[in-house]
Amino acid sequence: MLATVTPSPPAAPIAQRQRAIGEVLLAVENISLRFGGVRALSNVSFDIRKGEIRAIIGPNGAGKSSMLNVINGFYHPQEGRILWKGRARSRMRPHEAAKGGIARTFQNIALFKGMTTLDNIMTGRILKMRASFIEQALYLGRGRSEELRERAFVERIIDFLEIAHIRHTPVGKLPYGLQKRVELARALAMEPELLLLDEPMAGMNLEEKEDMCRFILDVNEEFGTTIALIEHDMSVVMDISDRVVVLDYGKLLADGTPEQVRNDPAVIAAYLGVAHG
Amino acid sequence: MAELGPLLEVVLGGLMSGVLYALVALGFVLIFKASGVFNFAQGAMVLFAALSLVRLAEWLPFPLAFLLTIVIMTAVAWAIERLVLRPLVGQHGLILFMATIGVTFFLDGFGQTIWGSNVYQLDLGIPASPWFLLESLFPGGILVSPIDVFAAAIAGALVLALSIFFHSTKIGRALRAVADDHQAAQSVGIPLNRIWLIVWSTAGIVALVAGMAWGSKLGVQFSLSLIALKALPVLILGGLTSIPGAIVGGLIVGAGEKLAEFYIGPSIGGGIEYWFAYVLALAVLLVRPQGLFGEKIIERV
Repeated sequence: MLATVTPSPPAAPIAQRQRAIGEVLLAVENISLRFGGVRALSNVSFDIRKGEIRAIIGPNGAGKSSMLNVINGFYHPQEGRILWKGRARSRMRPHEAAKGGIARTFQNIALFKGMTTLDNIMTGRILKMRASFIEQALYLGRGRSEELRERAFVERIIDFLEIAHIRHTPVGKLPYGLQKRVELARALAMEPELLLLDEPMAGMNLEEKEDMCRFILDVNEEFGTTIALIEHDMSVVMDISDRVVVLDYGKLLADGTPEQVRNDPAVIAAYLGVAHG
Repeated sequence: MAELGPLLEVVLGGLMSGVLYALVALGFVLIFKASGVFNFAQGAMVLFAALSLVRLAEWLPFPLAFLLTIVIMTAVAWAIERLVLRPLVGQHGLILFMATIGVTFFLDGFGQTIWGSNVYQLDLGIPASPWFLLESLFPGGILVSPIDVFAAAIAGALVLALSIFFHSTKIGRALRAVADDHQAAQSVGIPLNRIWLIVWSTAGIVALVAGMAWGSKLGVQFSLSLIALKALPVLILGGLTSIPGAIVGGLIVGAGEKLAEFYIGPSIGGGIEYWFAYVLALAVLLVRPQGLFGEKIIERV
């Protein structure tokens, strides 16, 4: 990981991107999370603004995934509060977060392995479907029109992410990189306001990483989706994110633009570290 | 030709009791698929459903008793899920299994306490005298029990309804999603608790149908609960996660045990049908541990 801290080549400069960063969409305030005696997060505060790409970085065990799990309701912090669109929410559960407009992908791909690519992505539309199950079962009236409409929507996402050729393949049979892309597609199908990506490029080769980078930027630009992502590849983070949060041992170490964070002495110490000194 | 008649009769009879095994196995598969719980109490639910129906039907018109039993079974299923299994979410599968064994004994006892423990006749208005088919082809024809035919038809309709439900509705899609990955299912907005409730209620209704079929055949009595034991080889044959597997497994066990009784039985003194299914299941386990239709489990090391 050390090697990736080196300054990245100037690819896709941020300045060129049309980006309207708006008001605060989500704010975490003084979040502390403990598992028994282990402190996963201590007093962490930051915000995510509408339309931005927000990176959360930090060494292994820094609490990045825990933070994501707090945001989408898998974990409930012992202290602190979360403001979603300006309103404090209490003990929101994951399916409620989904209903509220938060979608996510997982570090260890969590797809429905027995289903095809298409069916996986269709699950992302479950919240949008309103027809009664009788109508759906008999494929009549609203059931039929709804299935067709959602199917058409999903096809657009499939085209967008260039996975049309694997539409009917059971996802368990797909290579890793494509599985990651299907997972992104499923999250996008939810039309989220906030998209959480947990290491979207982990385990990918260079070409796959470049593809994924491009998709993330495209999603952000074309749909205006706010994105918060965890990533280990520092050059990727510096390239695509507007602002970066750095966590270390569950504490907030730094928060700012990639430029600010890169030059922050505390960050440099954490990464290049005393251990190597 | 004279040989073929009895053989057909045996196979047909076996297949139809196989459908009834499948019906019980179906309840297991539904719950196991969606929540990973091997619900040993499915047999006790069959007994409880049949007892409720037969006792309520003594007081109420049958359709009303039937509807009320559906309500009761939904409530029982809900209570088991809510009070026993949900607090144990995330525990090892064996612990959940032990919990359902506890539920089995409770439900057996509780059911007989409130509904009584005699043998009750469940009369579904089906003629009891057997039909003789194809009398022109075989001497004496082929004996078929109308109750078996009726039960097989009901089971078939139930399976058809369930597969439509699972494959083309939103809830069905959500169920399959939950079966595959809990976390991911929640992240797309599927409430686990509600899905589990639906699954358990469905299993309760499947238990009611199985209870009606078995109850009208054998009378409603404690031994209905032991049918769960007959579902085990069916599950091993068909795979724990496959609905078609439960059906095919049931048919194989049903026909297999009757055929074994018919052909091998006389030479070793009979009684084969009581253990044949288990030996068959054991053989399958050795060759194909995931069952005929089950998902192959590949553990990466």
